[in-house]
Amino acid sequence: MSVAVLLVILLGLSAFYLGHARAVRTVGGAHSIRRLHSLPAYYGWYLALWVILPAGAVLLLWGLFQETALTAWITASLPAQQQALPAAELGLLINDIRNLAAGNITAGQVTPEIQAAAAQLQQWQQTATLARIAVILALTSLIGSLAWRAIQPEMRARNRVEWIVQALLILSSSIAVLTTVGIVLSVLFESIRFFHKIPITDFLFGLDWSPQTALRSDQVGASGAFGAIPLLAGTLLISGVAMLVAVPIGLMSAIYLSEYAHPRLRQVAKPVLEVLAGVPTVVYGFFAALTLAPLLRGLGESLGLEVASESALAAGLVMGVMIIPFISSLSDDVISAVPQALRDASFGLGATRSETIRQVVLPAALPGIMGGVLLAVSRAIGETMIVVMAAGLSAKLTANPLEAVTTVTVQIVTLLVGDQEFDSAKTLAAFALGLLLFVITLALNIVALKIVRRYREHYE
Amino acid sequence: MNERQQAVYATVQASLRRRYARERRFRALGLGAVILGLSFVLLLFTDIISKGYSAFVQTYITLPVYFDPQVIDPNEQRDPAQLARADYRQLVRAPLRALFPEVKNRRAKRQLYRLLSTGATYQIRAMVLADPGLIGQTRQIALLADDDVDMITKGHVDQATAEERFGADYRSWLQQLTRQGRLHTRWNIEFFTAGDSREPELAGIGGAMAGSFYTLLVTLLLSCPIGIAAAIYLEEFAPRNRFTDLIEVNINNLAAVPSIVFGLLGLAIFINLFGLPRSAPLVGGLVLTLMTLPTVIIASRAALQAVPPSIREAALGIGASRTQTVFHHVLPLALPGMLTGTIIGMAQALGETAPLLMIGMVAFIVDVPNSPLDPSSALPVQVYLWADSPERAFVERTSAAIMVLLAFLISMNACAVALRRRFERRW
Amino acid sequence: MPEIQSASGDAQLADESFRTIGKTYVDQPRMTASQVNVYYGDKQAICDVSLGIARNEVIAMIGPSGCGKSTFLRCLNRMNDTIAGCRVSGTIRLDQQDIYDKRLDVVPLRARVGMVFQKPNPFPKSIYDNVAYGPRIHGLARKGVELDEVVETSLRRAGLWTEVKDRLAAPGTGLSGGQQQRLCIARTIAVSPEVILMDEPCSALDPIATARIEELLVELRKNYTIAVVTHSMQQAARISQRTAYFHLGHLIEVGETTRIFTNPQHKLTEDYITGRFG
Repeated sequence: MSVAVLLVILLGLSAFYLGHARAVRTVGGAHSIRRLHSLPAYYGWYLALWVILPAGAVLLLWGLFQETALTAWITASLPAQQQALPAAELGLLINDIRNLAAGNITAGQVTPEIQAAAAQLQQWQQTATLARIAVILALTSLIGSLAWRAIQPEMRARNRVEWIVQALLILSSSIAVLTTVGIVLSVLFESIRFFHKIPITDFLFGLDWSPQTALRSDQVGASGAFGAIPLLAGTLLISGVAMLVAVPIGLMSAIYLSEYAHPRLRQVAKPVLEVLAGVPTVVYGFFAALTLAPLLRGLGESLGLEVASESALAAGLVMGVMIIPFISSLSDDVISAVPQALRDASFGLGATRSETIRQVVLPAALPGIMGGVLLAVSRAIGETMIVVMAAGLSAKLTANPLEAVTTVTVQIVTLLVGDQEFDSAKTLAAFALGLLLFVITLALNIVALKIVRRYREHYE
Repeated sequence: MNERQQAVYATVQASLRRRYARERRFRALGLGAVILGLSFVLLLFTDIISKGYSAFVQTYITLPVYFDPQVIDPNEQRDPAQLARADYRQLVRAPLRALFPEVKNRRAKRQLYRLLSTGATYQIRAMVLADPGLIGQTRQIALLADDDVDMITKGHVDQATAEERFGADYRSWLQQLTRQGRLHTRWNIEFFTAGDSREPELAGIGGAMAGSFYTLLVTLLLSCPIGIAAAIYLEEFAPRNRFTDLIEVNINNLAAVPSIVFGLLGLAIFINLFGLPRSAPLVGGLVLTLMTLPTVIIASRAALQAVPPSIREAALGIGASRTQTVFHHVLPLALPGMLTGTIIGMAQALGETAPLLMIGMVAFIVDVPNSPLDPSSALPVQVYLWADSPERAFVERTSAAIMVLLAFLISMNACAVALRRRFERRW
Repeated sequence: MPEIQSASGDAQLADESFRTIGKTYVDQPRMTASQVNVYYGDKQAICDVSLGIARNEVIAMIGPSGCGKSTFLRCLNRMNDTIAGCRVSGTIRLDQQDIYDKRLDVVPLRARVGMVFQKPNPFPKSIYDNVAYGPRIHGLARKGVELDEVVETSLRRAGLWTEVKDRLAAPGTGLSGGQQQRLCIARTIAVSPEVILMDEPCSALDPIATARIEELLVELRKNYTIAVVTHSMQQAARISQRTAYFHLGHLIEVGETTRIFTNPQHKLTEDYITGRFG
């Protein structure tokens, strides 16, 4: 890799120098560069970009596809009976071959066939490395010489360079779109395959979730059940608890800090509260699982209540704490967007501060606050680490926060972490859940952003 | 004052007590919310720190180790291969037997040996390999103690529980060692350099930190240029058309897509489609790049917006092209703001766990990775992995890992704030 | 022209040219301000202003921008309290009661001294709720019928009833600018104040709406004492009995409106009225 990268960099540098020099030479020396359309550096850039960009593209594509291609070829070169192995075993075999070729220790036995395949792979890898350099050199010399010839005094080098720069900028901004497309495609394809195995209605409306498909068909519960309703219910329960914590505390602290607090308190308290937003979620998960959950259990025991060790309450409370700064900073923005004139009008009539806040400021800010709360809900639904660490795995339909419930994100993690067999309904189900999650959060975000935007326009 | 006015005045006066009581209640409620929020911060930090601070020291047992030539190198060849293979367990067990001659039966002996970590054996081996001259000598050596000893010494396991779990002998051994001054703690540098391990006393965050470093390196190298380029395009060049709108909508929505969905994208596209290696920081970095791009783009756009139009007009007015204007005049002014946004995005990426689980960065990996292609874990993932382990010693290590993680995050954010302060300009 | 700053404040007090000309105190005062100074942080905005406001009169306060007339007006019902760093010294009495007394409560004070602002600022509520807001918070009218009555009376007095009686539930922000300002006036008089302070109530309105408000002021004078800050000398001349001319935080001249406009005593007043600056 590094040799090729170095090569591209060197090629680029020399192209810049050559382009620059040629531009100067075409007009007969440095004293008459005014006859050039653009500054000589632009001719250098022009040639360098035409060298670096194609070479870089080759480098990138080669890196992305070399391993896939080599694996396919090596598989094809294996004896027929090994090609016929089940996918999982074949995968292990290929891994062994790769490890052997890379000079690492292998997991399985080294048979002569594997040895041969590894030698073959090693040879191909060497050839590939050389071939890549050859392709890069050929491509750059071809395109480079064309660009080289194009360098003439009257060529509008600056405009062309700027055109390329623009194209690169557009490409960069398109990545956002590509990402969305990538997300949609990656979850959609697998989901469609999942819905071939499990009808979509069973998934959306099923009340039972137990994805443990048995190995043999005669075992109990062989089919597995993929009803998403219990997961959604669990997600909503935990998010609900979180909102019950976050909305009052976040909103009231935003009100206090923006309307009552001494500026010095505000200066200290606001960033300290923001710290809660910067704490990684895995830390909250740790706190919920190891500190809060036992605490709640002990508390419940002393009150005669049975609290599950992985209760929805513990996860929800901690998630609520995480969301407090989110709600408070959004509310703060929204509240300070309410014009001072409205407050003045209320004070001018003899209203107290709290009357003004409750009856004038909050109603005026309500749409904005609603939008903020919706964004927070979407965040709570998509939150993963806290629930993975502090909520349970059992899919139950319950509204009791003292019980253990599971969520969409927990199930995605459970289904995909560890050994996974591709194409099994279990693995595909994770993508279907991902699609569900994506759709729900997307809808919430669109609605919330629309509300917030309309609110902003209202007071601008 | 007319009648109506007098009536109003009387009513208002009469209502005051009630209204001010309500005012006080409302105010107290607000103050309560702020105090509650602040106390959550305090609680979280005290909980983590009180659990984790002790992981930065480690218990050692100093024993006279005799580097027995019979055991290490019976042939006296000083052949490194032979030295590496020797049974060093005997060397660390012998002084224990000598110290506690009363321990006779096999089970009790096994219990006795468990005072020392398996790491003690590696320690002796490393010493011999580094300096074969030690063979035949006796040295007082601080040997790594087992995690149970460590926990009891640090007071995380109380005496009663310890006795119940390990027996009365165990306790008296420890007491004797303490009396002889053989039991002591010292700064735990291994915690920062070692990779993961099943033994808490051997487990460190070195591997995870290296993994996080490579992941962030990839993220930084990609998201910084791409994010800034996208911001420049959208803010300075983009025409008002549907394509631009599409991009803007996408950026706003991506900022709110759950991180785990990005993990699914990474799994489906980078690993399954492109065949990039699982568990590699390269893939982690790619996924986190896509995730942090919206943050970087939004911050960079804000930085560009803060550059007054007069600067652009001045440059355009003297005949610079749009591209020249942007790259020569606007970009340098906006760069500090963009860097601030990038740092904040990196901090976000450093704390992210869920997408890394999806692309397999949760494997148990002992070796410290040496490149973005080696399988590795990451700091927050290490926290997740350790949090699952039942040993009390892992709780301590997890909290300590969190402290390190938070220290990184806080210093990154402090950098961002400092940068913003330093370059903040009022036009 | 000397800059107004606290450091030079004492020097200016002695300056003859800033001593108020005309009769500052009135015989039957509703409100009396004596030697009022207002500071915003280090900056002094009002220097030693004394002024009486008589019962049932309309007094106009005029002067160039930044002369402190609005600041002075906002002192009269302690609206300046909401501005951080604002400090007021001197005494202002409302019916012999010092409104800056520590024991005095601003809530009943503001119920007695209402305020209408420069830009119409109806609450984003219905027209009815806008007017009912004051009576509700002060508990002036509990029952629905009683409240309806107060709302109707106030809207009638503000000359808005016929225009809005069929759409009382419509949002107040949907009215035209002039209607909004009359709604704000109705909202103020719904709590039956004794004094109404108006801070350039017509500056955001078109001429026709302005004319309606002016008519309304003349009408309201029968029941209320009104202090109006205005930018327009014509308006001051049309609606007020007395006029006070402010300049750079000083009250330069005060007197009968007709006299001020026909025979100003102070050079600054004359320059302003004749349009030399402003």
